[in-house]
Amino acid sequence: MEEMKEIIRTYVVKEYVEDDTEIGYDTPLISGGIVDSFSMVSLKRFLENKYSISIPDDKATPEAFDSVNKICTLVKEYIH
Amino acid sequence: MAYSSKTREMYQDVLKGIRDAGLFKQERFIHSAQAADIEVEFPSGSSVKKVINICANNYLGLSSHPEVVKAAHEGLNSHGYGMSSVRFICGTQDIHRKLENMVTRFLGTEDTILFPSCMDANAGVFEAVLTKDDVMISDRLVHASIIDGIRLCSAIHDTYKHSDMEHLESKLQLHQDKRLKMIITDGVFSMDGDTAKLNEMAALCDKYDALLFCDDSHASGFIGKTGRGTHEKCGVMGRMDIITTTFGKGLGGASGGCVSGRTELVELCRQKARPYLFSNTIAPPVVAGVIKVLEILSATTERRDKLEKNTEFWRKGLLDAGLIIKEGDTPIVPVMLFNAKLSQDVSRDMYEEGIYAIGFFFPVVPQGQARIRTQISAGHEIHHLEKALNAFKKVGKKYNILGKTKQEIIEMYGM
Repeated sequence: MEEMKEIIRTYVVKEYVEDDTEIGYDTPLISGGIVDSFSMVSLKRFLENKYSISIPDDKATPEAFDSVNKICTLVKEYIH
Repeated sequence: MAYSSKTREMYQDVLKGIRDAGLFKQERFIHSAQAADIEVEFPSGSSVKKVINICANNYLGLSSHPEVVKAAHEGLNSHGYGMSSVRFICGTQDIHRKLENMVTRFLGTEDTILFPSCMDANAGVFEAVLTKDDVMISDRLVHASIIDGIRLCSAIHDTYKHSDMEHLESKLQLHQDKRLKMIITDGVFSMDGDTAKLNEMAALCDKYDALLFCDDSHASGFIGKTGRGTHEKCGVMGRMDIITTTFGKGLGGASGGCVSGRTELVELCRQKARPYLFSNTIAPPVVAGVIKVLEILSATTERRDKLEKNTEFWRKGLLDAGLIIKEGDTPIVPVMLFNAKLSQDVSRDMYEEGIYAIGFFFPVVPQGQARIRTQISAGHEIHHLEKALNAFKKVGKKYNILGKTKQEIIEMYGM
């Protein structure tokens, strides 16, 4: 779980952060304006490729993607 | 009455919230035609003041050009005031098709379709040519009208960091399984005045079998050696799949826009684009005016050459004065102040000095990047620019920002 969190956190920083904003596991990503809802698609596709899963569109909500911790919880649901 | 006092109070609270956040927009009434010298009533009810305008999109100074005004009059006389119809019912005149053909030749594309505005062109084009099996990959700083168009389209949407070609390539790889991939960018970015790397993007399109879309509203008529736009500047004329642009800026400044590009994509817009199908045709006098604009620009590059010289003079003048500007070579020249209140104070003081320039701050630009956006025109003479530079020097001195670094300005005024 810790490893997954760090992988996702690193991806979010590399992909979306263009200044020195610190990203923690509970930092609000979408409601905090760090990840815009348009850009969620690449995050979803990254998770699907990385963990060989398929996240249904109706589960990939801004709420479910709003922090590293929440994303981990979502991903774990689909890992078999 | 459905509009009860409770409903009214609710909306009044919303407006108060906008005011309290410092985001309330106040119109300034201009009593003259659009030009370098204008007469402004601001605030409302005050006496009219003569000022130099350095914030219009009137890049080529054609908004009130006598030949354009005359052509619009003639169009009004020969083709009437309005058409009372959308294009496909009974709203297409000979001059509409003539203008489409002229735009096609001017931009070096295959075909063109007119829209009531470029906002409408951007709102309609993606939905008309893409489906849920496709992906749109856009620069993170594209214009708001593109964002709206993307929202209306069923294709999935992803973004890349502003002008970051490595990041764009990674997105093309990520979405390689999609039926169609469309790269979407502005030609010249309206807030920073920088130019898209269309040559590199066209190469990526070749490599990954993607389509290339560019909104050239802040470029058509003056960017590139003969003013054809960003694609001319970048050496990719003929390789663009879709260009959208406006007639509301350099190309006469009235209204209207278009989608220009591959024959089939333009035809699909004619069949499916909702703002084209459900909104009125461009008024005949405006069409006649834009035709004259394109005739002027096709005959000589005199105006874009003058704009280029004015821009060089202006950029050098601001740098020599010790102000911080965004690097580039376009007539959009942001003077960076970083702090929102400072940008408003400088704008107000510039107006007192007879210079009309507007401060932009968050959320229009990112937090901590407040600025005065200046826009140069071929309608400016050197004396206009000298007066504006002197005003910037005087106001800059008052706020002690001349020759200061970004860090020093932020230390004085905060982000």
